[in-house]
Amino acid sequence: MTAGLWQNWILPGIWITIQLLAGSAALGALVAFTVGMARTHRSPAVRFLAGLYTEVFRGVSALILMFWLFFVLPPLIGWQLVPMWAAILALGLSYGAYGAEIVRGGLNAVPVAQREAGVALSFTPWQRMRHVMLPQAVPEMIPSFCNLLIELLKGTALVSLLGVGDVSFAAYLVRLATQQSAGIYTVTLVIYALLALVVTRSMKAWEKKAKAGLGVGVK
Amino acid sequence: MNWDWSAVADFTPRFWDGLLVTLQVLVLGSLIAFTLGLVWAAGFRAGSRLVRWPVHVVTEFIRTTPLLVQLFFLFFVLPEWGVQFSALTTGTLAIGLHYSTYTAQVYRAGIDAVPAGQWEAATALSLPAHRTWLTVILPQALRRIAPALGNYVIAMLKDTPLLAGISVLEMLQQSRLESAETFQYTEPLTVVGVAFVLIAYPASLLVRTLERRLAH
Repeated sequence: MTAGLWQNWILPGIWITIQLLAGSAALGALVAFTVGMARTHRSPAVRFLAGLYTEVFRGVSALILMFWLFFVLPPLIGWQLVPMWAAILALGLSYGAYGAEIVRGGLNAVPVAQREAGVALSFTPWQRMRHVMLPQAVPEMIPSFCNLLIELLKGTALVSLLGVGDVSFAAYLVRLATQQSAGIYTVTLVIYALLALVVTRSMKAWEKKAKAGLGVGVK
Repeated sequence: MNWDWSAVADFTPRFWDGLLVTLQVLVLGSLIAFTLGLVWAAGFRAGSRLVRWPVHVVTEFIRTTPLLVQLFFLFFVLPEWGVQFSALTTGTLAIGLHYSTYTAQVYRAGIDAVPAGQWEAATALSLPAHRTWLTVILPQALRRIAPALGNYVIAMLKDTPLLAGISVLEMLQQSRLESAETFQYTEPLTVVGVAFVLIAYPASLLVRTLERRLAH
């Protein structure tokens, strides 16, 4: 592999992968907390809708959803999504559904007495969530979120099938240009493994900090 | 744009062909994942650090890199090394290999959860190693981990569309071929998407029931 291939394809590809990861993680976190908290709402209708969302988006394959947003949605609604945004939307919506289950599990793991204490202090439901439930639930969710983030990182490779120029797509171009596969695909796999390592390490550091704030140690 | 039922009807034969391939990949891939996972799990517990460490690195590497890139790696690189497999075989191998690293973690957790007294009892009865594993440890471990393995089968199902990337004729690829011929993108892709929910949701209910049954 020459310097040109690195400079023109692989390095920009890595940057696109990082952008995709950041974008869909942000959207996914938003979806996860909204839907996850909605699943503990007191109204059954809200709980049902949130449950329906999780089941549908966890049931459908992320790649199918991506193709659907990219090929089916434009003629239906009359405007076209930029591939990058279709990718972020599909990844964020489907991985957000998995995240919602983590949020729900984390909230359910907070001792009931804590919620009751919030009621006794006549907090509004939102204050209860914001000041009592979430501060205790979030540190417990971090290890699961770390795993999900690794899954999301791996999921970003799917966008190369839509022609978004991420690092997998760059690998494909390099293969076409050099007519050799072993080198470039090994490099690509190593790049993903390194990115995953960075994600794991940062999440571990965050977990340690968050749990120190609660006075709990990390196993 | 309107929904066209006749396009759905036209897609039906291809859809069934695709579903058959998807299920075939799923069944064979699961078998590979279940057996190979057990091999990795045995590697985690090996006496020598020279076995444990490489097994740990290899499985961690496979688990943290994308299945899609692994598919391309096997599909393009194996022929360079003189190994010729069909796309379907490559895809099944890749998905089985990828998920074996997940099932390995599940097995490990299951085996670790077997009480130490069981191991000690097996030693006290001087059972040979294979009897200890096959008749004492694994039957108890498998009971605990069956639901977790079930969840990974569902996850594998949802990853089978990736095989379209190396032109395996599973459901997504069939819908792409149909769209390329008829220029109708809405119906085939939607049918496939709905099919995934229709298979995955009852399957997840099944796993949940299994979980509740085995918990007691």
